[in-house]
Amino acid sequence: MPTEVKTETLLSVENLKKYFPVKRGAFRRLLYVRAVDDVTFQVPKESVFAVVGESGSGKTTLGRTVLRLIEPTSGKIIYKNEDFTKISLKSLRIFRRKMQIISQDPYNSLHPRKLVKDIIGEGLKIHFHMSSNEILDTVKETLERVGLREEHMFRYPHEFSGGQRQRIATARAIVLKPEFLVLDEPTSALDVSVQAIILKMFKDLKSSLSLTYLFITHDLAVVDYMSDYVAVMYLGQIMEMGTKEDVFNNTAHPYTILLMNSIPVPDPRHKNKKMIPKGEIPSSINPPSGCRFHTRCPYAKEVCKKEEPKFVKISKGHFVKCHFPIIE
Amino acid sequence: MRGDLLDVRELKVVFYTYRGIIKALNGVELWMNHEERLGLIGETGCGKSVTSLSIMGLIEQPGEIISGDVYFEGKSMQKMSMEELHDMRGKKISMIFQEPVSALNPVMRIGFQVAESISRAKDIKIKEAYPEVLKMLELVGLDSKRTASLYPHELSGGMAQRAMIAMALSSNPKLLIADEPTSALDVTIQAQIMELLDELVREMGNAVILITHDMGVAAEFCDKIAVMYAGNVVERASTVDIFEEPLHPYTKGLLKAVPKIGQSKELVGITGTVPDLVNPPTGCRFHPRCPYAMNKCSQKMPPLIEAKPGHHVACYLYTQEGEHNAN
Repeated sequence: MPTEVKTETLLSVENLKKYFPVKRGAFRRLLYVRAVDDVTFQVPKESVFAVVGESGSGKTTLGRTVLRLIEPTSGKIIYKNEDFTKISLKSLRIFRRKMQIISQDPYNSLHPRKLVKDIIGEGLKIHFHMSSNEILDTVKETLERVGLREEHMFRYPHEFSGGQRQRIATARAIVLKPEFLVLDEPTSALDVSVQAIILKMFKDLKSSLSLTYLFITHDLAVVDYMSDYVAVMYLGQIMEMGTKEDVFNNTAHPYTILLMNSIPVPDPRHKNKKMIPKGEIPSSINPPSGCRFHTRCPYAKEVCKKEEPKFVKISKGHFVKCHFPIIE
Repeated sequence: MRGDLLDVRELKVVFYTYRGIIKALNGVELWMNHEERLGLIGETGCGKSVTSLSIMGLIEQPGEIISGDVYFEGKSMQKMSMEELHDMRGKKISMIFQEPVSALNPVMRIGFQVAESISRAKDIKIKEAYPEVLKMLELVGLDSKRTASLYPHELSGGMAQRAMIAMALSSNPKLLIADEPTSALDVTIQAQIMELLDELVREMGNAVILITHDMGVAAEFCDKIAVMYAGNVVERASTVDIFEEPLHPYTKGLLKAVPKIGQSKELVGITGTVPDLVNPPTGCRFHPRCPYAMNKCSQKMPPLIEAKPGHHVACYLYTQEGEHNAN
């Protein structure tokens, strides 16, 4: 159960679209990859909002667009009642301090030729204009927060293991006292025994620093462990969204059900016959007409091919984009 | 003999690098019977892949098998001639890999590549193999005529892995080694591939070594599981025993770290890091991270003993000496 989730909205995303232009075919026709295609959701303050999806679902693009690391094609991003899409690049810097990202690959996200203290301290210089002594003190304190030691300050990233690097990336993000963190598959590159420790760290930091997370992942088991709210994405659109309980226990979209069925269960006695989505994930350059999941959906009917379903509310806070949602 | 298909005895493999000698395998003990499905699980760098390469006889410079041996159907592979090894690979043992698209030859059509492996397995000309190619591609659920004329880059990851399975099973090998076959694939595609593999192997009666770091995949597919840590098999038992009554502290730790849908328990990780195999810890290589470590653990590697019928473990907690020490 999400313990006492506050209802105040920190981030509100409305009809967000991000299309990437690509040239394809013999005539180099201009086409668009519809990475994020009309996405609307709200992230309540101090909650963990998980975005889950397979490759090509647009979850990473969504995370980066929300921070304006990629400029959106259209739509609104409202952060604390201010339209984030309309802010000039100059004043964006103030927001950037409050909104940080931790990316998937800790091997490429840290500058290989900078010392850990400089990696973590750079933001302090830019945002807080601290002196080098102050920076050292703050870096030291932050390193301890993420489970590293003072002596690690004077080392280079290559001297650390994957889990430790992800701790450094986390220190770099939280040192600026952010409010909102985008965690983009933060444990996908790590072994499971390390993943457990890093996830625990994210949970602890969230409660001690009152953070809000947009947690991007492909792993539903991790979503279940970490999050309060879940949005399930497929080919650039949110198929189902709600509290974790809604999405996991009152699952309404066939895609969510099939996605959950596909997950291998680490229990040898669990041997039920699986129902798995057939076929491959279609291309987001030329997504299927109507409902984007109809090509793989076992319940698809004629209408699903022709008409795009609306994103409708089926109960309080539980939304689904399906002509025939499964409602008990 | 412990396993009538495969018996790996005290295999030690090292790699000579500029950093020093990497002691990759430290006396691996592994065995399996015909038609058995063995899961080889463990984390990055534990030696899963090196073990499978040793079984294929593919350890090359700068690597070397310094002691131990692999017996395949009772025959020592160290004593096999190059021709015998060559004959065994592809006909009796085949392998599929993690990155199917890069494991295929990028400049050859899929049909030709499958035909090549069939022609080798059955000693026929490549041209004569084509009818068989279509049959195999159909068997793995591909549109056979179309796929045969495609190049690897035109296939998705899932389709490429199906093509790899077609190649690997075309010789109906005694043993199929699947090295993380679905780690690069999406979860829905993974489920499709594992289901396909399950059906085909059941029909054809191949033994399988499934190398994976995903406990879920291993639980669903395998009859037996061997857990590796830093170059040793530390525990081997039936899948049910591994998941329900794990003995080795590492296996226990690993299971506590796996997130599961619908479980409210906190996850517990294993503190510390995987050792550097240039300078591995003395004795049991897990002792620096083990909550039960005793004096003896840092002195000598515990042997893999049968603690319960059919349940082997390499840990002093389950030997007489260890119990004595613990008290």
